[in-house]
Parts: sequence; C-alpha cells; structure tokens
Amino acid sequence: MDRFRMIFQYFQSNSESVMNGICGLLTLASIKMYTSIDFSCPCLPQYNMAYGLGIMFVPPIALFLCGLILNRQSLVMLEEWSRPQGHRKKDLAVIRYLCSSIMQRAMVAPAAWIIVTLLDGKCLICAFSSSMDPENFVDFASASPVQVQQLLAKVPCKDEELMRNNTSRKAVSRYLRCWSQALGWSILLILIVAAFLARWLRPCFNQAALLQARHWSNYIDIEQKIFEETCCEHSRLFAHKCILHFFESMRREIELHSFSLSREGEGAEEDQGLLRGITDQDQVNKLLKMWYYEKPPLDVS
Amino acid sequence: MDKFRMIFQFFQSNQESFMSGICGIMALASTQIYSAFDFNCPCLPRYNLAYGLGILLVPPFILFLLGFVLNNNVSMLAEEWRRPQGQRGKDPAVLRYMFCSMAQRAMIAPVVWVSVTLLDGKCITCAFCTLVPVETLGNASHPSLSQGDMKRVLARIPCKEIYDGQELIANEVAVRYLRCISQALGWCFVLLMTMLAFLVRSLRPCFSQAAFLKSRYWSHYIDIERKLFDETCTEHARSFAKVCIQQFFEGMSADLVAAHCHLPRKAPEDAGEATEKLLGITDWDTMNMVLKSWHRCKPPLHLHPPALPSGNGWTGEGQPPVHPPVPRSEMAAYYSWV
Repeated sequence: MDRFRMIFQYFQSNSESVMNGICGLLTLASIKMYTSIDFSCPCLPQYNMAYGLGIMFVPPIALFLCGLILNRQSLVMLEEWSRPQGHRKKDLAVIRYLCSSIMQRAMVAPAAWIIVTLLDGKCLICAFSSSMDPENFVDFASASPVQVQQLLAKVPCKDEELMRNNTSRKAVSRYLRCWSQALGWSILLILIVAAFLARWLRPCFNQAALLQARHWSNYIDIEQKIFEETCCEHSRLFAHKCILHFFESMRREIELHSFSLSREGEGAEEDQGLLRGITDQDQVNKLLKMWYYEKPPLDVS
Repeated sequence: MDKFRMIFQFFQSNQESFMSGICGIMALASTQIYSAFDFNCPCLPRYNLAYGLGILLVPPFILFLLGFVLNNNVSMLAEEWRRPQGQRGKDPAVLRYMFCSMAQRAMIAPVVWVSVTLLDGKCITCAFCTLVPVETLGNASHPSLSQGDMKRVLARIPCKEIYDGQELIANEVAVRYLRCISQALGWCFVLLMTMLAFLVRSLRPCFSQAAFLKSRYWSHYIDIERKLFDETCTEHARSFAKVCIQQFFEGMSADLVAAHCHLPRKAPEDAGEATEKLLGITDWDTMNMVLKSWHRCKPPLHLHPPALPSGNGWTGEGQPPVHPPVPRSEMAAYYSWV
C-alpha cells in the first residue's frame, strides 16, 4: 500500500524523470530497429542516392514525431497555449520553456539514428558510390562512361559476381566509409559540446527567469494530473451515490406495491442491511432489468 | 479494498503511462508473431500475388478485430449505445469518444504488422516479382520468351533454389530491387502513420478541449458506475446467499424439532459460539438429511424476514410459505404495470 503510494507520488512529482526514461527507451528502440532491419542497397544507378538518403533521413523524422507524441508535456503545452485567458494570465516564457524541453527530448532518438547510420557507413556508401570520380580507381578508370556508372552503383553490393574480389570496389568502399565515420564522430562531438556548453552557460544568463519558468511549467503539469485524479475520485463517489439511490428507490417501490410483512427495522443484521430490502429472485430480476432499461438520472441531490 | 482502490486510482490517473505501456506490448507482440511466422512464397505465377498480399493485409485485419475483442470496454460501449433512454439522456459525443479511443488502441498492432512486413520485404518480393522491369534490369541480349514463360520464370525469383532465369535477370538484382521498393514503401507508411497520429493528438487541444474533457469524464463515469454496480450486486448476492442458507438451516432445524415433537433444547448460556453456529443440527442422520435436502430441493430464492416463525411442517420441499396469495398477485400486477 505504502509502496504504491510512493510510486504514485514519485510519478506525480517527477514527470521529468518519466520523460527522460521514455526518451531513453525510444533511443534504444531506434538503435535496435537499425540493427534488426536488413539494409539492402538496390545497387542501381538511379535508385542508390534516393534509397541511401531516404534511410538516413526518413526514420529520424518518424522518430521525432514519435518523441513528440509520447511526451505528455506536449499536450500540456498545447492546452496551455490554446486555452482562453479567463482569470489566469498566460505566460509565454513558460510555454517557450516547455516547447524547448519537449524539442530537446524529442531530438535525441533521431540524432542517435543518424549517428549510428553514419558510423555504420552503409547508407553513405550506397548513396554516394555513384558520385565518385572513377579516375582515382584503377578498374573503373579503364571502363566506358556507361559501364562506369553501372559499376560504381554496384560497389555497395559485396556479393555481386563482378564485385566480389574487386580491389577498386574495396577502395571505394573504404574511402566512403572513412568519410562516413568521420562525419558521424564529428556530429557526435558537436552535439555533445553544444549540450555541455548549453548546460554550463545557462546559469550565467537569466537564471531567475529560468527558475520561474521551470517552476510554473511543473506546476501546470501537476495541476492537470491532480485535476484528473480528482475527477476520477469524484466520478467514483458520484457513481456510488447514484447506485445507492437506485437501490433505495427500488426498495421504496417494492414496499409501496406489496403488503409484505417486512419487519426489517427490528434487530436488523448486517446482511439484511446490505440486502437493501431486495430479498426475492423476482425483485432482483426486476432490479437488473430496470438498471438496463431505465438507468437513473445523473442527479444525486 | 483500499489497496485495489489505490491501484485503480493510480492507473486511472496515470492513464497515459498505462496506455503507452499497453501500446508498446501490442507492438512487440505483433513483431514477435511476424518473426515466428514461417513465410513460404509459392513461386507460381497466379498464386504469388494472392499469397503476398494476403499475408500483408489479412493478419492486420484479424489483429484489429482482436484488439476490439480483447478490449473490455467494447461491451460497455455496446451497452451504452443500445440502452433505452429512460431517465438518463444519451450523449453521442461520449459514445464517439469511447469508440475513437478503442479504435486508436486497436490500430497499433495492425500498423506495426504492416510496417514490419514492408520493411522486411519478403511479402512484396513474393507478390510483385512477376512485375520486375526486365528491360531495364535484365540482360538485353537474352532471346525473348513468351509472356507465359517469362511470368513463370520471374515467379521463381523468391525461391533461389529453383530459379532458372539467371541469364534473363540475375536473382540478386531482382531481389534487391524489390526489397528497396518494399522498404521505401514501408518507411513512407511509417512516416504517414506517425504524422497522422501527431496531427490527431496535437490538433485536438486546439479545437475542442472543453467538449473533450466532458466526454472523457462521462466515459470514465460510465465505466466506474458499471464496475461499482457489479461490485454492489456481488455484495448483495453474497448477503442474499448467506441469509438464504441460514434460513434454510434454521428452517430444517425447526422442522426437525416439530417432527420429533419435543421442544427445542435451549443451549445453556455459557455453551459458546460454536454450539450456536451448529444451528441445532447435531448428529449424523440430521446432517445427512440436510445435505440430501439441499441437493434434492434447494430453497426458493425468497428470503423471509428474520422475526417471522415458520411453523409449518416439513413437506419435503423445504418451502417456507410466508405470504398470503393476495400480495403475490399484487406483485404480478406490479410487473405488468411496468
């Protein structure tokens, strides 16, 4: 019981940790997806570039949108942004803070996908093998222009008959992979340095406003959770009262229409109380039928 | 009871996390089913398309229906939809909300199945292998075959062991081509679905937030009310059964006393609770008679008030006739009035 209450309170007060957890899970899922999907470059001149760049950029967009969808705070932010002013002023700083925190979290999984793609190298090799300069590679320099395009397009496919032991293919492959990994590591370094600087330098700029924005964005989040919780509790009590009223009214109707010698007042046992005057198969059937055909009105005054 | 209420409240108020969890589980289940399934392309011209598209489209439909079947709230929706109006108005917005939220959850497994199928590529390779552009990908110098023969050869592309058209078009080239198309379709599908979900989720607060809050509250209310009603009925049934059985034992005991024509021996004051609980049935024969009577002739579902003595002899039916016939006909009139 206490443990549940603790978990409950933890989630209530620490939605940031929950969001971080979801962000981490999405990143892991994106890496797992990359490793489990079988990448197969078409090795055709017109299709390579589209396929390679498509695999590099389309999944990150989908992952970004997923990150926005799964983040509870995006709903909170949208509600805060679109609500009528009423008695409570709207603070744009809070909305901006929420927006930036949502975007930061949503960008992690796509960045991870792009970095993993670049470090692996297959996408770049597939996309840019046709754009290589054939002069630099012995086997391709001697072929005709049309053939060169075909051959370069087949570089990503190691198992092709023509390419199996071709040293020029390996050279092109290595060259592109080297570029791809360099790009990958550079992007990773830039992102980490940017994150480091942002975190270190942020206290130097307008810390007070930041603290306020963070406090009120947490507040809006918690307020909404508690409102939902209160509505649940209220609907439970409402339903309870409604059902009790219903049983009462059934009992009164039964008493009114039958001259049964009910002496329930005297020495009523606890069970007789729970029976609420319904003591007969027909009465129970009647009650259940009434519950379906004529639900009581939503009024417990 | 308190613990269940806490859990109930926790799930209700943290419904986002709960629903995300359920969605994740369904997505995983869908991927597992796909990987466990043994895909076997028939490699025959007319059957390939049917098989490939069948595997692509029929399981998602089944998973969608399963999503509805396994959802407990479907019966709640049906009940709310079909019930007569009575004293409580019906709100179509609430019904729409319930249906939409159920449909959204039921769509996850089919969407994941279609995505995984397309990204894997086997289905599209099987279904469309006869439509590969041989002119551009194949060997131009190969003597042309008739349409039928060409289709027969191309249909064997997915089955590497029996493929005999290597001179016409290399197997790897065709498979790579089809797989590339399949993966492109797959990623486009995933992007489309994610964008749709994003639009649905983000546009809703901008347009109908108040109506949404109302529908959500009342749909939760209907769910909670149904559960509480079931709970109250269960409690009532328990008490009913308890009193019914107690009255049965008392009736049996009183009848036995009357049959043997001696006064009920009042238990001494200090005999204790256990003796009272025996309800006057204190020997082997009596207990056997009680058990036989319980099996042969269960008491009617009609409890008489506790203070009323039932002095009639045991006729072997165990019926405690209490009410005079007039009120019974009043009850009958009551039903027909309604």
